[in-house]
Amino acid sequence: MLVVYFTEQPMSSYPEAAGLEAGYTSLLFSNKHFDPVEGSRLYNDRLEEYKHAEASGFDAIMTNEHHNSPFCMQPQITVWSSILAAVTDRVKILQLGNPLPVYDNPLQFAETIAMIDMISKGRLIAGIVRGAGQEMLCMNSNPAYNRERFDEAHNLLVKCMTEEGPFHWEGEHYQFRVVNPWARVLQKPHPRIFVPGVLSPSTIVWAAQHRYPYVALNTPLHLTGRLWDIYDVAARRVGYTAGPENRGYLLRVHCQDDEAKAIRNAREFMWMQGEFTGIGHPNWMSPAGYSSADQQLAAARAANRIGPRREAQPFEAQRESLELIAGTPGQVIDELRILLERTRPGILVLWGNDGKISHEDSMRCIELLGREVVPAVKEIGKELGLHDPFEIDAPVSLAETPASQIDPQPHYELPSATAAAPT
Amino acid sequence: MSERPQESQTDVSGIRIHSLRDGSGTALVYLHHSFGSAGWTPLLQDLSADHQVLAPDLPGYGKSTRPEWARHPRDLSILIAQWLCAEGIERPHLIGAGFGGWVAAELATMQPTSLASLTLVGSAGMLPREGRILDQFLIAHRDYVSAAFHASGAYERLFGTELEEAQLERWDRDREMTTRVSWKPYMLNRRLGPLLAGVRAPTLVVHGEHDGIVPRCCSDDYAAKIPGARLEIAGGCGHAIDLEAPQVLAKLVREHVAGH
Repeated sequence: MLVVYFTEQPMSSYPEAAGLEAGYTSLLFSNKHFDPVEGSRLYNDRLEEYKHAEASGFDAIMTNEHHNSPFCMQPQITVWSSILAAVTDRVKILQLGNPLPVYDNPLQFAETIAMIDMISKGRLIAGIVRGAGQEMLCMNSNPAYNRERFDEAHNLLVKCMTEEGPFHWEGEHYQFRVVNPWARVLQKPHPRIFVPGVLSPSTIVWAAQHRYPYVALNTPLHLTGRLWDIYDVAARRVGYTAGPENRGYLLRVHCQDDEAKAIRNAREFMWMQGEFTGIGHPNWMSPAGYSSADQQLAAARAANRIGPRREAQPFEAQRESLELIAGTPGQVIDELRILLERTRPGILVLWGNDGKISHEDSMRCIELLGREVVPAVKEIGKELGLHDPFEIDAPVSLAETPASQIDPQPHYELPSATAAAPT
Repeated sequence: MSERPQESQTDVSGIRIHSLRDGSGTALVYLHHSFGSAGWTPLLQDLSADHQVLAPDLPGYGKSTRPEWARHPRDLSILIAQWLCAEGIERPHLIGAGFGGWVAAELATMQPTSLASLTLVGSAGMLPREGRILDQFLIAHRDYVSAAFHASGAYERLFGTELEEAQLERWDRDREMTTRVSWKPYMLNRRLGPLLAGVRAPTLVVHGEHDGIVPRCCSDDYAAKIPGARLEIAGGCGHAIDLEAPQVLAKLVREHVAGH
């Protein structure tokens, strides 16, 4: 099992009252509320925490990218990935992920991924994402072509990593008269690619069709099983059987020596009214053309105040449903066991700290997770057969799967649970 | 909305254009806002008394099929030009409102002698020298459409106090098409202005006194750049003069087309 440490890198020092008064904490929430002195402190605290995560025993550290909001202080995934490549020696660096369609030059991803892979001596996992809906507005990337651009940028990225240049690219969204990035990836055929998501069936199917592990981002437990049904069916249709190595799960887990303190700190996950991506207009979260028709209409309803406003579940309810775990190492291990038995992921991402949890408490949380929870979870993983893709040397993609390992007569039967697919 | 116009479907370049039409006489074609057709409105009903009025759903809007390849309003102008040809309509009087005005202006630059006249109503398409065109992508559908009206209760009279789900679905589909062709730059084409000098259609530019969507300077520029164009300010009106004050616009249009 691959156990990963993650934090959104919250800009916890933003004035909450200003956010509440504005009614949103993203996109148009003025950056006058950003304090560079605090920013500098927080970035350097995170640096210490990441180094501590490696020293404490985590297998990997996850970085990500979001824009225009205090919930995440990583507007360029390449920066923290590069820093980690330089200051760590052992952990894998999980980018989750590179927002391909958001930028107009996918070659830049090919170049930076290759550089980070080499500097880290082959420790990079090059996850890819579509970018959150709001990012289409921040970065002025057309949401109606988001999936097309994601697909095309992915194809170009993989071609850069697996074929020699120079070649010419004439796509619908990207055109290059010469593709010949000098820097090339160290890992062969290329660094593993993970894809995260929050239950969008089309993304799950896309990941399965490419044989890329799908990392479910804190999805409710009762829906996560259906998610894997969708993945498994899509995998069988292209000729392979998915296993734990294809499944990732990210959830909020905070650990302290004292249960009361752990729970008190874990309430910080509810900052920004529990909307971890910040409070925003539903319009911004799902601009026209960005989502599937059903999701699009749901967002339009919310934007126009038709029906109830979506609100985060109360803290206690989230703990009850195991979407949020808090406690001493022993308590955390017990709850994680239930979760692992039910969801069977080979990749487990522990989102350890958020909101205003202090640096000191974050460090202690990381230490307890790394030294006590991670070894126990890995043992449970062994017991349950939850192998990660590295342990079994799984092919990095369907394209890189030997023909002899692909079922020439794929199965088409649908498990009954898929009938009620999440949207 | 009121009387029953005829509905038609016409195929051009693989795209099915849906339109409403009624009346007889010289052809008068109306191109709708970015929030789509509001049906057979009082304006169209009024003008159809002494004209053949045609109101197509722009390609990708309403009941017209979506040209997946289209990336710019100019693509829609070309399809509308082909549609006019397929319909056998020669030298129509062309009216465009808001986004439809932009599509109409593009068409007028392409085929300078093909229009009997051009009427631009609060038209998008020009880079505002001052202010900006209200960005619908930052606000809810209802908030955007209601911003097109100035008079109290004008929006509600047309769309009701409660937004119907079917209306929202139509607006959302139309908004997606606007996204496909006008995301960036938003609602303007820097390559349109220089071409307006070549427009030969007698042009009337109408702007609502209280237009909350397109700044007045855009209409000023249209009027300044199109040879012989005349600017009329509709007092007391918002952006959607065609929907808010149909009688005012019908009078202006009738006077304009009568001379051409």
